[in-house]
Order: sequence, then structure tokens, then C-alpha cells
Amino acid sequence: MTSEIQPKIAVRNLNFFYGGYRALKDINLDILGGKVTAFIGPSGCGKSTLLRTFNRMYNLYPKQRAEGEILLNNQNILNDGVDLNMLRAKVGMVFQKPTPFPMSIYDNIAFGVNLYEKLSRAEMDDRIEWALQKAALWNEAKDKLKQSGLGLSGGQQQRLCIARAIAVKPEVLLLDEPTSALDPISTAHIEELVHELKKDYTIAIVTHNMQQAARVSDYTAYMYLGEMVEVGETDAIFTAPKMRATEDYITGKFG
Amino acid sequence: MISHEQRLQRQAMQDRAFRWATLFFALLVLLVLVGIILSLLIGSLSSIKAFGFNFLVSEDWNPVTEVFGGLNSVKGTILTSLIAMLIGVPVSFGIAIFLTELSPVWLRRPLGVAIELLAGVPSIIYGMWGLFVFAPWFADNVQPWLMRATENIPAIGWLFQGPPMGIGLFTAGLILAVMVIPYISAVMRDVFEVVPAMLKESAYGLGGTTWEVVWNVVLPYTKNGVVGGIMLGLGRALGETMAVTFVIGNSHTAVTTLFDPATSISATLANEFTEAVGELHTSALIELGLLLFLITFVVLALSKLLLMQLRRNEGAHS
Repeated sequence: MTSEIQPKIAVRNLNFFYGGYRALKDINLDILGGKVTAFIGPSGCGKSTLLRTFNRMYNLYPKQRAEGEILLNNQNILNDGVDLNMLRAKVGMVFQKPTPFPMSIYDNIAFGVNLYEKLSRAEMDDRIEWALQKAALWNEAKDKLKQSGLGLSGGQQQRLCIARAIAVKPEVLLLDEPTSALDPISTAHIEELVHELKKDYTIAIVTHNMQQAARVSDYTAYMYLGEMVEVGETDAIFTAPKMRATEDYITGKFG
Repeated sequence: MISHEQRLQRQAMQDRAFRWATLFFALLVLLVLVGIILSLLIGSLSSIKAFGFNFLVSEDWNPVTEVFGGLNSVKGTILTSLIAMLIGVPVSFGIAIFLTELSPVWLRRPLGVAIELLAGVPSIIYGMWGLFVFAPWFADNVQPWLMRATENIPAIGWLFQGPPMGIGLFTAGLILAVMVIPYISAVMRDVFEVVPAMLKESAYGLGGTTWEVVWNVVLPYTKNGVVGGIMLGLGRALGETMAVTFVIGNSHTAVTTLFDPATSISATLANEFTEAVGELHTSALIELGLLLFLITFVVLALSKLLLMQLRRNEGAHS
């Protein structure tokens, strides 16, 4: 990656520990604004762990800790004084499985917005339509905003979760294997969505599916056993990887 | 050697026998229920004939003249349980949140075990402790202060007046609260624990604080279990006999404030069954038992209605 452009997220010498186990080893990485960066690698390589450091989700669990620096807009988010709620409002996340809250579609999206903004009813209506439009769910959901989010199909639920995440207008969107529980058609929907969303957001996506990484990302990072093996433009990684290990993984010799 | 058909036949028979056996056990529950209702009805027949509807609205309870009205006992039961719930539910909720979301890991187990132990303390112990330890302390230290602090507050001031004897309606409610807290908090903790981590993370991931996540996501997700836990506690509070009898004061006069000595259905039953010589007295006591049964039934029905209402608010599933 070229260094002239200021990275949105810069990871410097990051180590991560589950109790005594070191899950990430001296990770260094730049994530550029307005681009999609994909993280690939075999199960347990630390790609989800890395993603969960960007919004400090690991802080919910007492025995997990990170050392090093993660600079978001040049501010180290690993500092003690960082307001985690503000950080998480800036860095949205979507998970492996759809996780609609047990409330209506409307309230699912309004929940996050209400945490930080006081909107009038009309403004909230607009925001919800905007978020659902962005998440390509508006046409399917506009007539049942008052119905439970749990009544949607799996793919729709996942797009609801994306709508919920972007409704709070974050700067970065973390997608942790967002299509792993979805059928191929819903997966295609989500991938298209990632293409659309990168105009406005910086996106980091963890995926098990290498074709998916190749399709949706601008940059790809290959991780193995907690180490960052290779990072580069997606085209380069998939056509001419510099490291033998990367080539072995993406050609299916191993993994 | 048995043939294949014989074996199949035997298995089919075993299956049938098993089905009938389980069906029989399940029907036993219904049978017992119907039996209890019937015997309560039959037992209270002469009281119902003698006092009719008046039994429900009369505050007279006089074994000497054999005039019986159940209103005081019913009021006592409902009010003590209400006080217990008003205090117990928020405290239990706090305990459960602390245990599942905030407590350091090393504290979780000891606290959890302590709560389970507290749930296992026999009610007579609570009663004795309430009468001999808590009531005198409450009368000396808390009641005078409460009376002074609230006497000029318009709407609720009159509640906290009355004889500061330590025993009475409010003390009974307090003891009941202590008794139901372990039940309610244990159930709440158990249902909070089964909330998928990913669901909670989603809410935290939007920037929610612990309170916002618990109130808006965890609680709606677990509402069935939470209401169930509250009902379990309420059921215990309504029917609790020993502890209440010790501290409620056992007075059949109508209560006017929370500190007044009172009585509850179960306290009246426990106190008077051995002394009930007249047929009408016994019958009136049994009718009180029937009322307790009905109250519990109504409470259960209301909780089901509440859950249906909550589900409707959540939005229909398409």
C-alpha cells in the first residue's frame, strides 16, 4: 500500500491475548478510507480477532486484551481514556449471523440512532428510510416497518443489521463473515451492497470465501496463525502473491 | 430365538405401554387440580351459603358470633405481595444484571451460590429472624425516621404512619421481598445468561451502554423468562405462610396505613385452623383457601395476558 494517502485505520505492532494465549502477533497494517479491505485465512488465524479490536468489542470480556497501537483518524483507540460507546458509534459492526433485536423493523434501526441523536418523528422516519434504502431493503420492508425484525428472511435480516449499522452514520463498517449464514442469492445481495457502501464508508470484511474476497475487496490481507502474512491490492494478491504461503492458500493447496 | 416379527411386536407394545404410562402421569396433574378445587368448593359450601357475596366485601371476622368476612385477609395477602414485588423485582433485576454483565468473573460463582443458598433457607427461619431480629430493629431505627420523613409528603405520607411496633403489613412485605429475591434473581440471571453473545455485541456495537443494552435488548429478548421468574416469586409471596404469620401482626381489624398490624389469608388459616370448632368457622377458612387459589389463578392469567400484549408491541411476525 502506498503511504502518501493517510490511512483511515493504521495498526501498529498489535498483539492480542486471550488470557495467556497470544492470538495476534505484531500486526502492522493500513486500512485506507473509502476502500474495502478483506481479511482471509484459515479458521483460527486471528482475522475475526483483529476485526474485533477495531471497535474494542473484546473489552466486553475481562480476560482479553490488546497491546500496541490502532490509530483511527490518527487517534490511538487503544488508549484507556477512549469512550468506547463513541468509538462503537463511529465503527459499526455486522456479525456472522443476523442479529435483529426483538422489536419492530423500525425500532431495530431507531435503537442505535436514539442513543446519540434526538430526532423528531419526521426526521427519524427519513433516517430509517435512508438507511433501508442504503441497505437495499426499503422496497421489501417499507410496508412492514411495524412488524418484528424476526419475521424477515435470513438475508433480509442481515441487510436489516447493515441498515441498523449505517443508520448511526459510522465512518467504518466492520463485516465479520456477513454472508456465512446466508444462501447464494442473499450473499450476492450483500456483496452488491458492499460495492455500493464503499463510496461512503471504509469497509473491513472478514471472509472464509476467497472468491468473495476477490469480488468485493480492493485490498486483501492474508493471515495465518496470528500473523499478517501478506497485504496488498486484491488483484495482486490473487494473481501474483509475493509469499509462497499466500499462493498455497489461495490456490487451495492448504487451508 | 425370537423371530423378527415377534421382536417388532414387542417393541410396538412397549411403545404403547410407555405412551399410556406417561399419559396417565400427565392426567394425574389434572385430576389432582380438579380434586383440590372440588374439595375446596365442597368444604366452603356452608360458608358460601351463609354469607354469599358478602364474604368478599365484609371486613368482619368474628369467630365468637360466627360472622365471617374475608376482605381483610384478602387485602393483607394482596398488599403484602404487592409490597414484596415493588421492592423485590427491581432489586432482583439489579442483582441479575450485575451477575451477568458487570461482575468480575471471580465474584460470579460465590454470589450465585449465595443466592441459591438464600433460596433454600426455610421460611420459618425468615419468620423467626423477622420477628426477633428485624422487627425490633425496624421499630427502633427505621419506622420513626420514616414517619417523620414522610409525614408532610402529600400523596404518600399517610402510608407510613401508624404504630411503630416493627410488625405489620409493611414488615411482612419486606420479609417477603427478601424471600422472593433469590427466586426472581436466580431465574433472571439464568435467562439473561442464555442471550446470545452476538445479539448483545450487536447492541454494544452500536454504542449502547450496559443499561441501554440490557433494557432495550436483553430484557425484551428474555421477557418470557423474566415474567416467569416474577410469577414464581409472586406465587411464593401470595402463599407464604410461616414467615408472614410471624411478622404481620395477625389482626383482623381493617388496615389504614402500612405500619398497621394486619393478617393475610395464609396467616389466618395457620392461626385459626386448630381452633376452629364451629363448622361455619372451618368452612369460612376453607373459603379463604379457595380465594387464595383464585387469586393465584387470576395472577397467572394476567401474566399470560401481559406477555401477549408485549408480544404484540414487539410487532407481528409475518
